[in-house]
Amino acid sequence: MKAVLSGNEAVARGLWEAGGGLAVAYPGTPSTEILENCGRYPELVAQWAINEKVALEVAAGSAIGGVRSLCAMKHVGLNVAADPLFTLSYTGVGAGLVIVTADDPQMHSSQNEQDNRHYARAAKLPMLEPSDSAEAMEFVKEAFRMSEAYDTPVLLRLTTRLCHVQCVVELSDREEVEPKPYKKDFEKYVMLPVNARKRHPIVENRLKELRKAGKSSPCNRTEKGKEKYGFITSGISYQYVKEAYPTAPVLKYGQVFPLNTELARRFTKKVDKVYVVEEGDAFLEDQLKAVGIPVHKGKERTGFIGELNADLVRQAFGKKPKKGLQTDMDVPGRPPALCAGCIHRGIFTALKKEKATVFGDIGCYTLAALPPVSTMDTCICMGASISASTGMSKAMDVAGKREKLACTLGDSTFMHSGVTGLIDAVHNNARFVVCILDNRVTAMTGQQNNPVTGKNLRGEKTHKIDLKRLVRACGVKYVDTVGGYDVEGIRKILQKHWEYNEMSVLIVQEPCIQVSKKNDTSYATDPELCVGCKQCTKIGCPAVNFDLKAKKSSIDALLCVGCGLCADQCKFSAIYRIDQEEEHRKQAVEVLKKRREKKNRQGE
Amino acid sequence: MSSVAANKVTNILVVGVGGQGIILAGEILADVALNAGFDIKKSEIHGMAQRGGSVNSQVRFGKQVFSPVIPRGEADILLSFEKLEPLRWIEYCNAKTVAIVNDHSIHSLTTATGLQRYPDNVEDELNARFGNLFLIPAQDIAENIGNPRVVNVVLLGLMASMLDFDKENWLDALKKRLKPKFIDINLKAFESGYTFFSE
Repeated sequence: MKAVLSGNEAVARGLWEAGGGLAVAYPGTPSTEILENCGRYPELVAQWAINEKVALEVAAGSAIGGVRSLCAMKHVGLNVAADPLFTLSYTGVGAGLVIVTADDPQMHSSQNEQDNRHYARAAKLPMLEPSDSAEAMEFVKEAFRMSEAYDTPVLLRLTTRLCHVQCVVELSDREEVEPKPYKKDFEKYVMLPVNARKRHPIVENRLKELRKAGKSSPCNRTEKGKEKYGFITSGISYQYVKEAYPTAPVLKYGQVFPLNTELARRFTKKVDKVYVVEEGDAFLEDQLKAVGIPVHKGKERTGFIGELNADLVRQAFGKKPKKGLQTDMDVPGRPPALCAGCIHRGIFTALKKEKATVFGDIGCYTLAALPPVSTMDTCICMGASISASTGMSKAMDVAGKREKLACTLGDSTFMHSGVTGLIDAVHNNARFVVCILDNRVTAMTGQQNNPVTGKNLRGEKTHKIDLKRLVRACGVKYVDTVGGYDVEGIRKILQKHWEYNEMSVLIVQEPCIQVSKKNDTSYATDPELCVGCKQCTKIGCPAVNFDLKAKKSSIDALLCVGCGLCADQCKFSAIYRIDQEEEHRKQAVEVLKKRREKKNRQGE
Repeated sequence: MSSVAANKVTNILVVGVGGQGIILAGEILADVALNAGFDIKKSEIHGMAQRGGSVNSQVRFGKQVFSPVIPRGEADILLSFEKLEPLRWIEYCNAKTVAIVNDHSIHSLTTATGLQRYPDNVEDELNARFGNLFLIPAQDIAENIGNPRVVNVVLLGLMASMLDFDKENWLDALKKRLKPKFIDINLKAFESGYTFFSE
C-alpha cells in the first residue's frame, strides 16, 4: 500500500515495521513528530523523556533489556545526550538501538546549525543518512539490522527538509521480533576503566568491519549518467543534484560513516571530474581527500552556511542560474510573534517596565526578545537562563554593582535542565529572580505533555510534578505564584523579589492559549479617545494594529481573545471590552469633558 | 488551463500567514495528486516560523520528483491567501505563473505596530508583475458562507477548477482531511470556489 508520509512519520513507521518495542524523545523541532507518530502504534512503548540525555539512557536500557529501541532528538539535543552516547559506543547493545539526530541547516527553528555527522566520527558510531521518506523508513530497518549484527548503536541523521517533507512511501507489515532474553555481562556493560580498556579495541575493529561492509551496503548506490563529470553526495543534497543535473552520474552515500572510500575511488575512475555536494561541513569531502581521492572543489563552491537547494547547486557547478520575476517593492517582514492572548506577554511587559536584565531560554517566549517587546538579554541553550544568571549574579558581586536580574524559562525547559541550575544557584548563594513561565505544556514544539501537565505522551493521566514544592525542595525559601495578565500586579510582586537577598522564584501560571483556546469577548478602541501614543502596540500583540496615517490604534476582533492586556496599557481609556460599550460611552463623555477643560485651562 | 502534464513536474506554491490553513490546503492537494497516480513531494517548515509568520507549503507532482523545494522561477501556480505574500515569493514565479490571490490584507507585527509600512499600492504591483493574475474576493465569499476560516477551501476550489483532476478526487480528499463537523461548510466553500468562473 502507498501512503504519503513525512520523514518523521516514516521513521516511526520504520520502527514499527522493524518490530521495535520502545521509542523515547524530548520534543525538538524538526524531530518532534517522530515520537508523536510512534504514539499512534499501540505495539510501541512511546514516551516523552525529561531531556535528551535521559531519553538516550532510557532507550539504551531498553535495548540492553532486549527490546529494539529508538530515541530521537534535534541536533542540539545530541549535545545534551553526548555523555551516554560516547560510552554506549563501547558497551554496544543487546537488541538494536537507533539514535535519530535531526539537524536544522538554515536554523529554521534552532540556535545554531551544527553538523551532527561529526558525532558519528567522534563517538565512532555508524551513521546512515536517507534522502527521502521512503529511505528513512528503510534505513531505520537497516539500522536495526546493523545495530544487532555489529553490536553497536546506530545513528540516523535527518535534516529539516527530510523530517518535514512528505513523499510517497510503500508500506509493509510489521516484522514480529521476540525480545531477546537479558544477559548480565559485567565486561560489556560495566564501564569501569578495566572493562572499558578491553572494549575500545572492539570499537576500533568494529569500525574497520563496518567501513569494509559499506562497499555492499544497500544504503550506498552508484547511478550511471551521460556526463563526463559526476557527483558524490548524500542525504537531501542528492535530490538537489538530481534536480539540477539529472543526466550526471552520481555516487550516493547512505552510510556516511564509516565511509567506504573504495566506492568513491572506483567512481572517480569512470568520470573526468568529480564534485562532492553536501550541506553543512565538508564531512564527506574531507574524508575522501584524506585518503587521496581526486575530488574537485565542492564545498568551496557550495559553502558551509545554510541549506542548499537546486538553484544553488545548479549555479555552483557551471549552469546558468534560473531567474524568476522580480519586484522593486519593499515587502515588509513577517516575523513570528507570540500569539494574541499569549500568557508570556504580561511577565515580559512587567520586566521591561522594571528595566531588569533578563536572561532568557529556549521556547516560545524567546520571541519576547524581538521588537517591540525586546525584553531579553541572552538566549543560549536549554536551561542556560538559570545557570548563566548565577554567573551574572557573581559578576555583579565582583563588580560591586547589584542590578535587577531575572531569568525566564518555561515549565518544560525548567524540567529539562533548569532544575539542576536552580539547585546550583541556591548552593552557591547566587541572587536573582527565576521566573518560571508555567503554561502547563511544552508549547513551542506543538503542545506536548511534560511532567507538570500530569499527562503522558498518549494523553493518559500520570503523576504530576508540583512545581512550587519542587522549587522549595531545591532550597528556595521565597516562592510566589501569579497569573499571567496583570502587568501591574506582577510588577508589585517583582519589586518585592528585587529586595530579597537570596534566590527567589516567581511562577507565572496560566495555561497556553493554544491549549485553553481562551476566546473571551474581544476589545475595541475608541478613535475619539485614542491619542496615538502607541502604548498598546508595545506589547507586540498581533491583534493590535496601528494606522500610521490616521495615527490611531485598532483591534482585530477576529484575532483578539480578550486578555485585556492592551486595555491596561492605555492611559487614555480608549480601549474597552465590546460588551461594555454602553458604560464606555458614558465614561468617554466624562473623559472628553475633562480633556476639554484641561485644554482650556492650559489656553488661559 | 491544463498544467497537469504527464512528463513535467507541476509546482504549486501555497502561501499566506500562519493560521490561515495553508498546511491543510497543501495536504488536500497532495492527496489529490497521489490519488491521480503521481509521485509527489510536499515541503513546509513547522515550528517557530509558524507563529504569525509567513507560511508556505510547496507541492510538486509528476512522474518523478526530486527536490522537495520548488526551484526559482518554476512555480506553475501561486495560491496566496493574503494579498502581499505573492510579492515575497515572486522570484519563484515566471511570466506564465497563474497567481490566484485572496484580495485581503493582513498586517504583520512590524506593520501593525507602525515599525514598517504595509504598502499602499499592492494591487498595482501585482497587476504589473504577474501575467496571469486572479485577484479573488475570497474573504467576502467565505464570510457569506458563514465562516471566514473557510477561505482556504474557497481558493482551493477555485484552483481545482483550473486543474485536470476529477472533482470527485477533490471531494474525497476534503472529506478525508476535515473533521466531520466542518465538512458541510467546507464542501460549500469548495463549491463556491469551483464554480466562481462559471457563474
